[in-house]
Amino acid sequence: MTIRDPMGDGIAAGWKVLDASLPDAPRALEADVVIVGSGAGGGIAAEILTAAGLEVILVEEGPLKSTRDFRMREAEAYPHLYQESAARKTRDKAINILQGRCVGGSTTVNWASSFRTPASTLAFWRERFGLADYTPEALQPWFEMVERRLNIGPWQRAPNTNNTLMRTGATTLGIPVGEIRRNVRDCWNLGYCGMGCPTGAKQSMLVTTIPSALGRGAMLIHRLRAERLVTAGTRIDALECVAMEADGVHPRPIRWTLRARHFVLAAGAIGTPALLLRSKLPDPHGLTGARTFLHPTVVAAGRFAKAVHGHAGAPQSLYSDHFLEQLPIDGPLGFKLEVPPLHPVLFSTTLQGFGDEHAASMREFTHTHAQLALLRDGFHPQSHGGRVALRADGTPLLDYPLNEPIWEAAARALLAMAEIQFAAGALSVQAVHEQCRGYTSWPQAKEGIARLPMKPLLTRVVSAHVMGGAAMGASEATGLTAPDGTLRGVDNVSVFDGSVFPTSIGANPQLSVYAVAARNASILTSRMTGKPAPPLA
Amino acid sequence: MLSRRTFIKAGLLGGIALGAGGVWYGATRESAPAGHLPGSTRAMFAAITPVILAGSLDEGNGPVERVVDGVERAVAGLSAAAQSELGELFGLLGFYPARLLLTGIGDWRLATRAEIEAFLDGWRLHRIALMQGAYAALHDLVLGAWYAQPESWETIGYPGPPEVK
Repeated sequence: MTIRDPMGDGIAAGWKVLDASLPDAPRALEADVVIVGSGAGGGIAAEILTAAGLEVILVEEGPLKSTRDFRMREAEAYPHLYQESAARKTRDKAINILQGRCVGGSTTVNWASSFRTPASTLAFWRERFGLADYTPEALQPWFEMVERRLNIGPWQRAPNTNNTLMRTGATTLGIPVGEIRRNVRDCWNLGYCGMGCPTGAKQSMLVTTIPSALGRGAMLIHRLRAERLVTAGTRIDALECVAMEADGVHPRPIRWTLRARHFVLAAGAIGTPALLLRSKLPDPHGLTGARTFLHPTVVAAGRFAKAVHGHAGAPQSLYSDHFLEQLPIDGPLGFKLEVPPLHPVLFSTTLQGFGDEHAASMREFTHTHAQLALLRDGFHPQSHGGRVALRADGTPLLDYPLNEPIWEAAARALLAMAEIQFAAGALSVQAVHEQCRGYTSWPQAKEGIARLPMKPLLTRVVSAHVMGGAAMGASEATGLTAPDGTLRGVDNVSVFDGSVFPTSIGANPQLSVYAVAARNASILTSRMTGKPAPPLA
Repeated sequence: MLSRRTFIKAGLLGGIALGAGGVWYGATRESAPAGHLPGSTRAMFAAITPVILAGSLDEGNGPVERVVDGVERAVAGLSAAAQSELGELFGLLGFYPARLLLTGIGDWRLATRAEIEAFLDGWRLHRIALMQGAYAALHDLVLGAWYAQPESWETIGYPGPPEVK
């Protein structure tokens, strides 16, 4: 069996990798392009830009951890690899957000689910945001290029029991279920994708584009927080950064100044708007940080007589879009059904209650199958998402009010999941809600869920997909960024992450980020070099 | 025990107090070395841990201490903003008049399981979001600290991560 650790190997071979938590003197560096963020957008951009011969500096606030560091332990993974120790919350604390913060960003910790941007989402973007070039046909070559690069394809093994149970129940009810494509190579089918792949099988940025960029001379600086873009007229002259302590929590009194011809922002859909807000760039329409979407997600857990072992095996291999396709895209919110991996910390903290009741649920841990419903936000006329603002210390805080269209869909989704779980043979089902004591039959669940108050902090809502906040649009009034990702109002900044999406995607967003970043980074590269951009390796 | 009515009233006042927590915190904060929780906060977690983990944690002080150590590590890994908010909450829960008002509990070491359950349940379903959020923080910290530890895994049949080599 193969174990790949190209970062570890490359550093040993002398790649330019700096840890900003170490040196005690300020630094000033220069390159053709500075990229902020090393996740899906930053990684893809780094490979394309360096392939064209451009000098690149890649800045990452989180630490560099690589294959050999990943020990599949939640106690290590969450503080090291996630924003705010995997406890990032919206302003009212009603939504917990899982988002990567490490070299590779969320690609290091995601569950490898790969979907092209749905045609219906692209149609909405063309119609409402004037993104005329965003057709499935025009994007197809970009999807094909990143799919080839990241080995995205059908999952070759049998789905684990956790996924299979969703299919069993759905099929019984006549609900179609599809197979998820995954970005893996020689996958060991362990089930720990969310804690960093310990074999290097997941084709995250950590084992693909970042090593290729570093191999061509790019520099990676980690534990460095991008604080502010400094303007000189209509150009950005420099990026001011602050070094982080090794704890990843506290900034050090050490500043770095990075100069470049062009700046690429790919700090994620909370980080990028926050950097723009701190930089106080022109924003006549108040679009920075607005319309930030989360795919607000509700959860139901079913207990089965047979063992499920939801911690083991590829976390996500099956899905259902049945409830996305039933209603018009701008009507009552549709939802995508998936299955989450079950690990002790994530599951115990998500599950409501405490004491004997909670302990009894935990004793059924290996017999529990869970489902997620990801609500498609940003299409309904009253689904405006949230807004990123800054705390007094300059760090971002997302205010995402959960309003009626969300709650209406959340209740429908909890019902749908419970029905599927009972159809799959569940002995009992719990909607993850503070007032749910569990149901032992579908009729009981149907009645009980209908009576649960759909309110913040009572209904558990989580998110692993942050999108929007620097949306692309054909006009200045609808798009902070132009359709090629360039930031309006300044000459030399592009945004290449999920913050450019004008709505949520309606599917796990990694492949959408890869393809749009590949497209827009290629346009930038050819503009900077005067030659067509080289394809991804 | 507090009557439900008294509790709601105390909770309402408490919510206001919690909102002004920054002011209170300044007056009540105990110092602790970086990465550590003050003694009063450790005492609070030592009291609520056996209640939150009832049915899972064995009797005895050893595991409780290890859970509180885990809480301490978890808090140290949170964002500076979250640590500061939690500091305000812990300050209030460590300060006798505020604690009595908010939880009905005078001394953590003397509190009965029923009193702690009543306080947690009251916050869990409180109509003030701030109190619900405070409950959620205690819930997540204690459960997360326990189920992060291999000694908890055998209670739920989780075999732990596989070996990779």
